[in-house]
Amino acid sequence: MTIGPSAFLGLAAVLFALGLYGAVARRSAVMVLMSLELMAVAVNLNMVALSRFVTPTEMTGQFFAMFTMVVSAAEIGLGLALVLAIYRQTRSIELSSIDSLKG
Amino acid sequence: MSESVNGVAFVILAFASIGGAVGMLTTRNIIHAAFWLLEVMVAVGGLYLLLSAEFLAVVQILIYAGAVSVLMLFVIMLTLRRREDSVRPVEVSIGGGILAAVFGTVMYVAIARYGDRVGEMPIVVPDTAALGELLFTQWALPFEVASLVLLVALVGAVWWSREGDDR
Repeated sequence: MTIGPSAFLGLAAVLFALGLYGAVARRSAVMVLMSLELMAVAVNLNMVALSRFVTPTEMTGQFFAMFTMVVSAAEIGLGLALVLAIYRQTRSIELSSIDSLKG
Repeated sequence: MSESVNGVAFVILAFASIGGAVGMLTTRNIIHAAFWLLEVMVAVGGLYLLLSAEFLAVVQILIYAGAVSVLMLFVIMLTLRRREDSVRPVEVSIGGGILAAVFGTVMYVAIARYGDRVGEMPIVVPDTAALGELLFTQWALPFEVASLVLLVALVGAVWWSREGDDR
């Protein structure tokens, strides 16, 4: 049994689709952030797999994955800080309670 | 000549990661969801090992399984007033399901059509020492920019999450 690039790309696509569903369906801000992380991980998996198959010596995909990790770590830190700030204002982290910009 | 990935290990890790993601989306307890996410992160770290990206595997475990999950759990526990609040009603979104299904179908078609153009796994194995050398020569500028991004994000997160009205 040989595991080609398609297997990794398919697995990453499944993970990304699950994360996409979670980001749309869940109503808790923390759950939405978790789903975003799941999508970021799926993208990283794609890049590392393609790096191994296409550029094993230059490792371009690994560097891109590394910088994606930095950005998603920054994103999750800021996102969770926002969630805490919103919780302080509204005493709730439900997305439906964040409607102060609604006309 | 070509290398190959251990099929059994791949199937186990793929099952663990997809199962963890499904568990995260279907559990009603938000704390359990955070632990399912942790499990997905560890499984993806194992997949990085299969792809001989040892450094990224360690970074994945350290950052996602170590730092991000703990941060998630902290925020969950800070924003729960009672223990019972962690159990949430089942949330089903038809629009989200359709969106994910359309995305999955498009990806499936694209991978089925073009995925095998990439070809076999080369015998050359990426090397962690070479990775470090490239990171500090060819990728030195992006590396410094990334550290600046992290610093700004850290200051911003502290600014946003602190108590008080003296902003």
